[in-house]
Amino acid sequence: MMSGPAPEFKNPVVRWIDVRLPVFSYLHHEYRAFPVPKNLNYFWSFGGMATMCLIVMIVTGIVLSMQYTPHVDYAFDSVERIMRDVNYGWLLRYIHMNGASMFFIVVYIHIFRGLYYGSYKAPREILWILGVVILLLMMGTAFMGYVLPWGQMSFWGATVITNLFSALPIVGDPIVTLLWGGFSVDNPTLNRFFSLHYLLPFVIFGVVILHIIAMHIAGSNNPKGIDPKGPQDTVMFYPYMTAKDTIALVAFILFWAFFVFYAPNYMGHPDNYIPAEPLVTPAHIVPEWYFLPYYAILRAFTPDFPLYWPMAWIGIDAKLAGVLGMFGSLILVALLPWLDTSKVKSCKYRPVYKWFMLLFVADVIVLGYCGGKPAEGWYVALSQVATFWYFFHLLVLTPVIGWFERPKPLPASISEPVMAAK
Amino acid sequence: MRKSVFALAAALMMGATGAQAAGDKIVPAEQEWSWTGYFGKFDKASAQRGLQVYQEVCSTCHGLKRVAYRNLMDLGYTEDQVKAFAAEYEVMDGPDDEGEMFFRAAIPADKFVSPFANDNAARASNGGALPPDLSLIVKARATGYGSIPLNFAKWMQGNGTASGADYIYALLTGYEEDDETANAWLKERWDHAEETGHLTKHQLEEGFKEHVTAEGKYFNRYFPGHNIGMAPPIDDDYVEYEDGTEATKEQIARDIATFLAWASEPELEQRKEMGWKVILFLVFLLGLTIAAKRRLWKNVKK
Repeated sequence: MMSGPAPEFKNPVVRWIDVRLPVFSYLHHEYRAFPVPKNLNYFWSFGGMATMCLIVMIVTGIVLSMQYTPHVDYAFDSVERIMRDVNYGWLLRYIHMNGASMFFIVVYIHIFRGLYYGSYKAPREILWILGVVILLLMMGTAFMGYVLPWGQMSFWGATVITNLFSALPIVGDPIVTLLWGGFSVDNPTLNRFFSLHYLLPFVIFGVVILHIIAMHIAGSNNPKGIDPKGPQDTVMFYPYMTAKDTIALVAFILFWAFFVFYAPNYMGHPDNYIPAEPLVTPAHIVPEWYFLPYYAILRAFTPDFPLYWPMAWIGIDAKLAGVLGMFGSLILVALLPWLDTSKVKSCKYRPVYKWFMLLFVADVIVLGYCGGKPAEGWYVALSQVATFWYFFHLLVLTPVIGWFERPKPLPASISEPVMAAK
Repeated sequence: MRKSVFALAAALMMGATGAQAAGDKIVPAEQEWSWTGYFGKFDKASAQRGLQVYQEVCSTCHGLKRVAYRNLMDLGYTEDQVKAFAAEYEVMDGPDDEGEMFFRAAIPADKFVSPFANDNAARASNGGALPPDLSLIVKARATGYGSIPLNFAKWMQGNGTASGADYIYALLTGYEEDDETANAWLKERWDHAEETGHLTKHQLEEGFKEHVTAEGKYFNRYFPGHNIGMAPPIDDDYVEYEDGTEATKEQIARDIATFLAWASEPELEQRKEMGWKVILFLVFLLGLTIAAKRRLWKNVKK
């Protein structure tokens, strides 16, 4: 993307610094005179919202950690101390606690935007893969953060999820022992989770910077999925896009505030207000809502599930199959730039794939619903159908539709869609 | 140990879910509470009566260790009243200059003194059952997102943890005298479920099974599995209220639930008060940002 010549800075100090370290030129190029397609809709604001989430999570997290004690005997009490005795501690904690859910809501919509408008296609493949890496890091961070209050769900969630790694052949058991720091979920586990929960957000921050650098190479995709042909197709990032993003950010903070002040525990689990008790298992162990689709895939792999049969034939047991299915579901998303054979980016111009795209989203929602229900009765069958469809969509439908679909004619440019349509 | 944890986790993962699914859990009826909604505040008179019930009845077995005596000033007590209240309890302190631990009268800064020194002592005195600490009981018994369709509206009205108070109220008023009345009640529920088609095929094949309350336990309608270790703790006129309110069983249950809701969420009033101000401000700010954007984008051709 062209972004014009370097500006002449009036302030002599700024000029002096910029010659030696061109931060001001950089900011000018990348955030001021940076051209973005003028037809971006509000789906393009979710990246900015996610960045804000990350910053809020880091800031509140740093303050919370000043009052938190990572020890099995004190963790729960220290969180309750934050809630009761620390000035505005309840506010900080509820912002942080709901922030995790908000972060995932925003990121899932951000991913949907990428899927629907084909933002993963050339030349944005690395940008897309970095996004999947961020998602994986977020999942790890969120999982370990949920363990820190050391409530019943913290403890049992940690037990179930860390045990997943034991399904891997040979390396499985050593990995689990390493995660636990012993032979069960205990104080060493809590200690290392706390350490990693503090570390990973900064790793995420680093990958987000790479994600943004990669985005600035090709520029933003747009709802039409065609490249801007010149200045008539774009607006400057500042002030046009920032003005739009500000609206989205304020609306988002409003949504977040509603949960913080009026339903702070809605997205949590009541059992986590019971201190961890290794001898008492909760009736239902449920992960946080943002993990439910993966959890449903994990549990769908039972001996009567046809997708499992070929795996059983080469000697993979059902538990390992579930783990592979769960991680595979995300790896396939990262491979989407190569699975999708269509040259057309935006689903707007893909009359067939558009509907399958939306069906895929519905399928993930069904998976999420099943993940929150006990694995019994018809929920199992439903989650197996949905799991099958998930893989069928990515592995079969996406390439095949790309080959056979006749896309609608693309507009000549962002500014002249009507002429092209005629 | 490790193997059993592993087996358990695997079982959970693959979907064994225990006895809960059999329909033992009964959703308590919704009660009217003063602190629900967007501007809710605790009924202080009721909470004060609840404190009296806690002190005279519950505290023989249940602790309240996360609440400090000084917190009682939130309920409208004066500092002197709190000091006098705290002074009735003894806490262990020390070591003193001789290295000895000693007992002293509690001060407002102390947390509520628990009735037992530790969980084992509590179990030993209660036939093996552990009376839970009540500091967070209303939050811990609320219904979460696991039951979205049922409770979504309630949560969106800012009434989330009220479902925990509903449970406390239902539990305290949900005892049956003996197995005969218990089974009459269970049969009635069974028949109703059968009529409305809410029984599973498996349940229909098995038929109605008489409930036999376990040795040393009591039948409670709302306790999961119905066998509760706590003897019916309250009854009409079980306490004599200092403010002259008639102490029916229902009144006592309401008051203790209100008090415990406050104990679980002492920040609730401050939170809701701040909430509408923040939201009002954000709505105003949203209007400004929309106006600014519209003005800016006026000259951009579609």
